[in-house]
Amino acid sequence: MADVTATGGTITYREAVAEGIAREMRRDPTVVCLGEDIGAAEGVFKTTVGLFKEFGPRRVWDTPISEQAIVGAAMGAAMTGIRPVAEIMFSDFLACCWDYLANEIPKVRYMTGGQVTVPLVVRTANGGGLGFGAQHSQAVENWALAVPGLKVVAPSTPADVIGLMAASIRSDDPVVFFEHKGLFASKGPAAPEGHVVPLGAAAVVRPGADVTLVALASTVPVALRAAETVAAEGIDAEVVDLRCLVPLDMHTVLDSVGRTSRLVIVEENPYQGGWGATVASIVADEGFESLDAPVRRVAAACVPLPFADSLEQVVLPTADKVAAEVRRLAAY
Amino acid sequence: MTAPADQLTGAATELLGWYEQMAVIRGTEKAAQDLFLAGLVKGTTHLAAGQEAVAVGVSAALRADDYVFATYRGHHHAIARGASPEACLAELMSRATGLCKAKGGSMHLTKADAGMLGSYAIVGSHLPMAVGAAWSATLRGTDQVAVAFFGDGATNIGAFHEALNLAAVWRLPVVFVCENNLYMEYTPIASVTAVPNPAADRAPAYRLPAELIDGNDVVVVRDAAARAVDRARTGGGPTVVEARTYRHFGHSRTDPGTYRPAEEVREWLARDPLAVARDRLSRLGVPDDVVSTVDGRVAELVAAAVSAAKAAPPADPAEALTDVWADGGAQWRT
Ligand SMILES: Cc1ncc(C[n+]2csc(CCOP(=O)(O)OP(=O)(O)O)c2C)c(N)n1
Ligand SMILES: [Mg+2]
Repeated sequence: MADVTATGGTITYREAVAEGIAREMRRDPTVVCLGEDIGAAEGVFKTTVGLFKEFGPRRVWDTPISEQAIVGAAMGAAMTGIRPVAEIMFSDFLACCWDYLANEIPKVRYMTGGQVTVPLVVRTANGGGLGFGAQHSQAVENWALAVPGLKVVAPSTPADVIGLMAASIRSDDPVVFFEHKGLFASKGPAAPEGHVVPLGAAAVVRPGADVTLVALASTVPVALRAAETVAAEGIDAEVVDLRCLVPLDMHTVLDSVGRTSRLVIVEENPYQGGWGATVASIVADEGFESLDAPVRRVAAACVPLPFADSLEQVVLPTADKVAAEVRRLAAY
Repeated sequence: MTAPADQLTGAATELLGWYEQMAVIRGTEKAAQDLFLAGLVKGTTHLAAGQEAVAVGVSAALRADDYVFATYRGHHHAIARGASPEACLAELMSRATGLCKAKGGSMHLTKADAGMLGSYAIVGSHLPMAVGAAWSATLRGTDQVAVAFFGDGATNIGAFHEALNLAAVWRLPVVFVCENNLYMEYTPIASVTAVPNPAADRAPAYRLPAELIDGNDVVVVRDAAARAVDRARTGGGPTVVEARTYRHFGHSRTDPGTYRPAEEVREWLARDPLAVARDRLSRLGVPDDVVSTVDGRVAELVAAAVSAAKAAPPADPAEALTDVWADGGAQWRT
């Protein structure tokens, strides 16, 4: 884990993952981690650094390459008094255990008439921008959003990683926790001890009067850069970091749109079936009177993620693409 | 009644108890079939008539705090772990008094307060869950054991292999019980499986001990389960038990099972687990009328369960929007 005091009060997103988990493991002995290479090797993304050293092999378990067994075992353990934190190395690999995230974990409480709870976290490295190609780069938060019964968390800052990790591990409901690969090296203020960010509370990370940008995880810095660009042109953009897709804080979004009358949604998952469509539909339904312009969605193109940087930039949302949409809406 | 239970030997009394449990399951399954044919049970059923000895025999080897995970063919496991026929039938009939408040149905019977942690309808999915429950027991420092019941067909899905390997590597207190009823749906298991004994022959690949047993003899099942459970409880790790058995009804709903050779059906019906148990009871000196008394009591219990389930109120529509989250609600947004 990061020595928070020694880093002058800043911490990387990557270090925040391990720090967030460690804080919960210290306060609750039933929190146990499992995943591939997370123990002595400290994770392929180094997001579990220090955990094995501090908590040992009874709390941090290396597993075989068995995504179904990892998540299925986490489910069985969660139903019987443990709070497992399971790592699926790349979010693309969620497809290998999708049965558990689509059919088992989110449904077992409901279909048993409330007889069981499943307090677990499935953490996973999500998203593109690093040239890992089509099978190691996808932003798949919309997959999880498509399944009633999962809480869906995707932090954008180190402090939120810690605060949302605390809330996710303490949640009695199953959480899919998307850690963005492109943000691992980013730095931010360290979170104070005991920092908890409740699930389902979006943050207005940049106030503004002219247009609302709704973003999540990697697209928060993209939206903030776009907001800086258009600010120089006299357009005052507000940026909302959703933090979670479930619970979805539409109250904050609708409140913001009520003030700005314009909405751009910035999402990394493909336009086709992306989470922005859900946000847009609720705004169309419940915020129609507030709108002075169409809702725009800047999402990934509907193709597999290409490998080359130059091609990836064509597919993914960028600050330039967002700024262009903001200008169009401001001029509408 | 001429021979009261207190004049029977311990073994006879024990077996009579298992016989009664099996008879309750058989009666409930027959009632479920009748109710389905009468249109009072919607959707589907996968009846376990013929496979009662596996549920009752294993259950007899378990403690109240052990865990059980079953499949969509799981009525027998729910009842063996203490679910009442009335609550099961009410669930099948979409009644408010159903075991899962009519939100699960036949394929998802669950009695969590008796350690029966669910019936799962994605083939093989619950084997890793049982591994997780066993892992949880070791993490919490208890000596609880977890059991996964599954069909022969489930041995060809990846989750089976991932579960056996992880359980073996972590040496967990889990018992894998395959109910080999020779068919996966309408396909003979032998025609789609590389080994003759789908579960037992795979166990050596994970260096797990396996027992291939007669799943229609409750005493044989109980003894094999006791060995496996004892091994699990005392740190010896997982065991695979493959119990050969046969279903008396079709795969589901009204399947007449015509893909099964008549001679095979005849042979297996002659080896009905209830008949096998009656034979053993008689050899233990239990008079016929004692067994008949049990049969009568079971018939009354099942008839009363059917009446009560029929008389129960339908599921409350408000229930559709509860129990998604731990707070009891279904709210997903602000
Ligand atoms: C993953 C999956 N594939 C297919 C099915 C459809 N299906 C339901 S039961 C069944 C046969 C299972 O056979 P077996 O495991 O032998 O259990 P049995 O029904 O004989 O008890 C199949 C193919 C399913 N429910 N889940
Ligand atoms: Mg079968």
